[in-house]
Amino acid sequence: MILGVASGKGGTGKTTVAVSLARVLGSAVQLLDCDVEEPNDRLFLDGRLREAQVVTVPVPRVDEVACDGCGECGRFCRFHAIVAVDGPPLVFPELCHGCGGCIRVCPRGALHETPRRIGVVEVLDAGPVTLVEGRLDVGAALVPPLVRAVKAHRAGDRPAILDAPPGRSCAVIETLRGADAVVLVTEPTPFGLNDLAQALAVARELGLSCGVVVNRVGIGDDRVQAFCRENAVPVLAELPDDRRIAEAGSRGEPLVDALPEYRGVFRSILEGATRLAEKGSGSW
Amino acid sequence: MVRELVVLSGKGGTGKTSLAASFAVLARHRVVADCDVDAADLHLVLAPRLRERHEFRSGDLAVIRPDVCTACGDCLALCRFDAIRKGADGHAEAGFRVDPLACEGCGVCARFCPVGAVELRERVCGEWMVSETRCGPLVHARLAIGSGSSGKLVSTVRQAARQLAEAHGDALVIVDGPPGIGCPAIAALTGASRLLAVAEPTVSGEHDLDRLLVLARHFDVPVSVCVNKWDVNPGMTERIERRAGRAGAGVVGRVRQDPAVSRAQVRGRAIVETGAAAADDVRRLWDRLRSRLEEPGRGQTDRREREGPTDGPWQPAVEGH
Amino acid sequence: MKVALTTSGETLEAPLDPRFGRAPRFLVFDTDTTAFEIVDNRAGLEAAQGAGVQAAETLARLGVRGLVTGHCGPKALRVLVRAGIEVYNTDASTVAEALTAYREGRLCAAEPV
Repeated sequence: MILGVASGKGGTGKTTVAVSLARVLGSAVQLLDCDVEEPNDRLFLDGRLREAQVVTVPVPRVDEVACDGCGECGRFCRFHAIVAVDGPPLVFPELCHGCGGCIRVCPRGALHETPRRIGVVEVLDAGPVTLVEGRLDVGAALVPPLVRAVKAHRAGDRPAILDAPPGRSCAVIETLRGADAVVLVTEPTPFGLNDLAQALAVARELGLSCGVVVNRVGIGDDRVQAFCRENAVPVLAELPDDRRIAEAGSRGEPLVDALPEYRGVFRSILEGATRLAEKGSGSW
Repeated sequence: MVRELVVLSGKGGTGKTSLAASFAVLARHRVVADCDVDAADLHLVLAPRLRERHEFRSGDLAVIRPDVCTACGDCLALCRFDAIRKGADGHAEAGFRVDPLACEGCGVCARFCPVGAVELRERVCGEWMVSETRCGPLVHARLAIGSGSSGKLVSTVRQAARQLAEAHGDALVIVDGPPGIGCPAIAALTGASRLLAVAEPTVSGEHDLDRLLVLARHFDVPVSVCVNKWDVNPGMTERIERRAGRAGAGVVGRVRQDPAVSRAQVRGRAIVETGAAAADDVRRLWDRLRSRLEEPGRGQTDRREREGPTDGPWQPAVEGH
Repeated sequence: MKVALTTSGETLEAPLDPRFGRAPRFLVFDTDTTAFEIVDNRAGLEAAQGAGVQAAETLARLGVRGLVTGHCGPKALRVLVRAGIEVYNTDASTVAEALTAYREGRLCAAEPV
């Protein structure tokens, strides 16, 4: 089973939920931290580094001897990553998406691909939980290839939990693509509700079955729960606004370790998610 | 010259939008920009009245014409983004189609299709709006799903806000930024007069703040830091403030955790529009931040901030550093 | 020859914009005829990243030989140098002031990377 944990709004508790779900599963499970801009799962798990992989995208390198300055590459590139104003072109690797097009259009074969680093993927063993973390280099802007690299580490022989970034950008879509079901974590406030509605639209666009976890119940109102009823989205669990939960999170302690009385709640989230996954229609 | 204050956090959910809304209320002469285009929430507190709407066109989308496609599969072999799918109806014989959520508009398939079956069409992937609020003009946006042009829309919103601010006699632009440190955050940050980094006193908050500070240094934007919900973990709060100081960022304040913040949000109000304790924290924070904004010297970390009094416990001082 | 100055306004009295990549417009002054035209920096303004690169491409296409601005990022500078455009930095506050300083040879050329 591949379970995505996402939210529209940031800070609702995706990492809290993803980590605790992995902890209560008990048996071998992979936790894939796809929030590559700000990966946090690792802070909660005492893991031993097993493997590290540098992730690159291919960018062009100019062979100035072979180049005749025709400028075809600069005219092709839609991202202004290769610019021909006079003589051999200039390459701006940070702007390059790695499509390979300029290399192919060059009539002289004067462009060659060279790898440019965007980040790393690290695999850590934390007991039954295997954590796969993607971490973007600060200043690198290109995210989807790194998310793909994290997901490439998914082993088919055990359940996988995908901790998604907040929002509904291409990074979120890349993360959730192929999941069996998605748990959307939200909070009962106007911001939480607004962003949940958007996240739900994305998940449905991807053809994914969704369930909702409402975190910090009591801080706002009950419009989120009403929204879920109206839109036929099951609420898998509600977590109260328990300050001890916030304090455990602030220390980097998994919720179900600090407060074992919540283990039952997370088991029922898993059960609910499993039912959704079985019902699910799959996606792209 | 228009000054731009950008509010970012790295980590989501630290209180950027809540603080930006309060600053919008407190500032005299301002234009507000909601640059969290993937999850825009500021309008829920500012209650905008729409004045202008503009289509946002960005990037291209490849479209395969099924009547021309011969199902040769060249596009599938060439696409680096896994955006080509079999079958107009799931059958390979019926040709191929493009997944609009994965297509990056690079143009490779269009260029190399042997029968010219692929067209590259400009995407209308959202819209941006200019509205009036009780706190002055608001520039905000709505982005369609999966367009991959968040960064460009952020730049468009910022640019529109700057132009408005110039026209309004050099008002201050207050930018509610996106989470993360990727393309949308970079687009919100480059060229700003000052970054307010909003941190929360947690291990995740500390980790994410560090990365944001590196990003700010990379783009040479002066930084001020504040810790929100500081009383959830006072020890961590002090740690974060010390780290910020060592990184050359000035600490401008702390805001306590206060249930009144969410209650105000439910009523469509910024916290400083209530009598809550956290409101006083935010007002003090704004006073300090405003004095930083009035100083010259965009483009280098303020030496006073590097050497400032951040090694001892934070003092709720009235005067500046 | 044509020299470009970065500005937010539309006349010689307009402020000189210190930024290159995100300057709203260029005042392109012809030193032979003393006429000038205003060119929008649309490409630079709308770019999420690499604004300077796109602005530099715009100037290269205009056949400009010089640029006067406050400062210009390293990527843009590479394109400008390659295009044979001389870059001058100044902290003059108006286009007129900057142009006078340029024509009197009082400005420093930027260091190429």
